[in-house]
Amino acid sequence: MAKFDEKARPFSEKWLDERLAVNTLKRVLSTEYWIPKDINFLWAMGMVLAATFGLLLISGIFLLMYYKPDVNMAFDSVNYTIMSEVGFGWLWRHIHGVAASVVFLIIYIHMFTGIYYGSYKKGRELIWISGMLLFVTFSAEAFSGYMLPWGQMSYWAGMVITNLFSGGSLEAYGLVEWIRGDYVPGDAFLTRFFMLHVLLLPLVIIGLIVLHFGTLRIPHVNNQEGAEIDFEEAAELYKAGKKKESKVIPFNPVFLSKDVFVMGVYFILFFYLVFYHFEFAMDPVNFDPADGLKTPPHIYPEWYFLWSYEILRPFPKDPGLIAFGIAQVALFMLPFIDRSPNVAPAHKRGLFFVWFWVFLIDMIVLTVLGKLPPEGIFNTLGAVAAVIFLLLGPALIVITKLEKKL
Amino acid sequence: MKEKGRRDFMGMALGGFTALGGLGALYAMKRSWDPLPSVKAAGFTTIDLSAAQENVLNVEKWRGKPIFVLKKSADMTQDERDIVIGSDRFHVSIGLCTHLGCIPAYLPDAKKFKCACHGGEFDTAGHQIFGPPPSPLEIPPFKIEGTTLVLGEEGPEFKKMKDAGLIV
Ligand code: FES
Repeated sequence: MAKFDEKARPFSEKWLDERLAVNTLKRVLSTEYWIPKDINFLWAMGMVLAATFGLLLISGIFLLMYYKPDVNMAFDSVNYTIMSEVGFGWLWRHIHGVAASVVFLIIYIHMFTGIYYGSYKKGRELIWISGMLLFVTFSAEAFSGYMLPWGQMSYWAGMVITNLFSGGSLEAYGLVEWIRGDYVPGDAFLTRFFMLHVLLLPLVIIGLIVLHFGTLRIPHVNNQEGAEIDFEEAAELYKAGKKKESKVIPFNPVFLSKDVFVMGVYFILFFYLVFYHFEFAMDPVNFDPADGLKTPPHIYPEWYFLWSYEILRPFPKDPGLIAFGIAQVALFMLPFIDRSPNVAPAHKRGLFFVWFWVFLIDMIVLTVLGKLPPEGIFNTLGAVAAVIFLLLGPALIVITKLEKKL
Repeated sequence: MKEKGRRDFMGMALGGFTALGGLGALYAMKRSWDPLPSVKAAGFTTIDLSAAQENVLNVEKWRGKPIFVLKKSADMTQDERDIVIGSDRFHVSIGLCTHLGCIPAYLPDAKKFKCACHGGEFDTAGHQIFGPPPSPLEIPPFKIEGTTLVLGEEGPEFKKMKDAGLIV
């Protein structure tokens, strides 16, 4: 057994260190976790996401105390009990709703930053893949949460999305009814999505966050120039006091101060939305109680799903489903379809730069069209944008194959 | 050597039991997720057709889904999918668009169904005539009893349609 200091007072630092290795942990996780100096505010999005997830968790716990997962009570428990009876219930709901929407904006920024700077490339594939897994789980979490107030949009979004599983011959196996536990979304559907939303998916998300952080620890975070840094050597310099010459800084407290600044700005905007513009995260249609015999005239998902929804729309059912499926998994493959050896920001990579902006703009176009009614010219535009999206993958393989080593 | 054989055997036995238990647990989980018997039992509805008016859409409810009942007027094209009772013809279908399940609206003047979600259209026999829907509106299993319709049970007329390949 290890040696213990007889004189260490219980719960003093020494006492804890001997039992939990707190000093080692502190070093590995913060004071000697090295971050390149050359990174901009976009790299702070990771911590912004972590903080937003924390807010979702806390506000969710308070909502959970009054929410009733029952088709007859769910709507009122949210719109009456929580909103007007529970002291500050409205605050938790607005925080939860706004955070659920804004978190996707930050995730998209985080993803596009990674793509722009090539942070998914060789050595960092697992960071990208674990991040994509997080994105998909977050999507499921958002969808299951959207069901819970049991308004019109909840009901019909549930109907439409679960109907996706009737594609091809799946219908014959009764898959849709099995998923719903009923012929239509009903009580069984609501309670199982409630379980997913408050227990199973959050557990998976927490696990994936740990994995995502873990994948980052060894290959280290990328930097603005995509420069390869000898982290050990640079760390020695820093520890020797040559902070100017060293290319790295410790995560805590040096880089964290930048993170905290960015978070400060972010939270000003965030709470502005919570207090003054919470309605942007709440669809007016969802303030009508669910009615299985009346469809809202135009069903669309929350803004963060619009692009993939629009890919589904212009095609006939089964090809549409396939296109939709491809859109969901295509991004997972990014580290492997980018064949270029260069880890560099997009503006140094020639055609890739063009590809990046076409991709980003196409996503925005799809998002806008997804919200517009499916009529006339919008149908055509939607089809074009969806086809462009599907062609971007093969285009990337060609472009990156042609790319010369920098 | 002998020692190793024994350990291998124990490993395999343990693995085998674990696999069996795992399969059992998966089956239990699958069954727990199945629709409840009470949900399945509530799957019958009767609809009285005698009071229906021509070209006016009635929407009934069966298994939580809307059911379209439309008494056809003489100028509407007759179809093998119509339900004939005496001298009247009816179009009866599950009122969910076969694309992604929205409820189409009936436009009595144009005599067609229009789905607002992605613009799909169906004629008065439920055939898709425009847009993304891949198949005609579904006909629920029915049985004719005089002028009433029992949904959820397959009567001879339904079976005939099924044999003729009219039910998808
Ligand atoms: S759900 Fe009716 S056209 Fe798509």
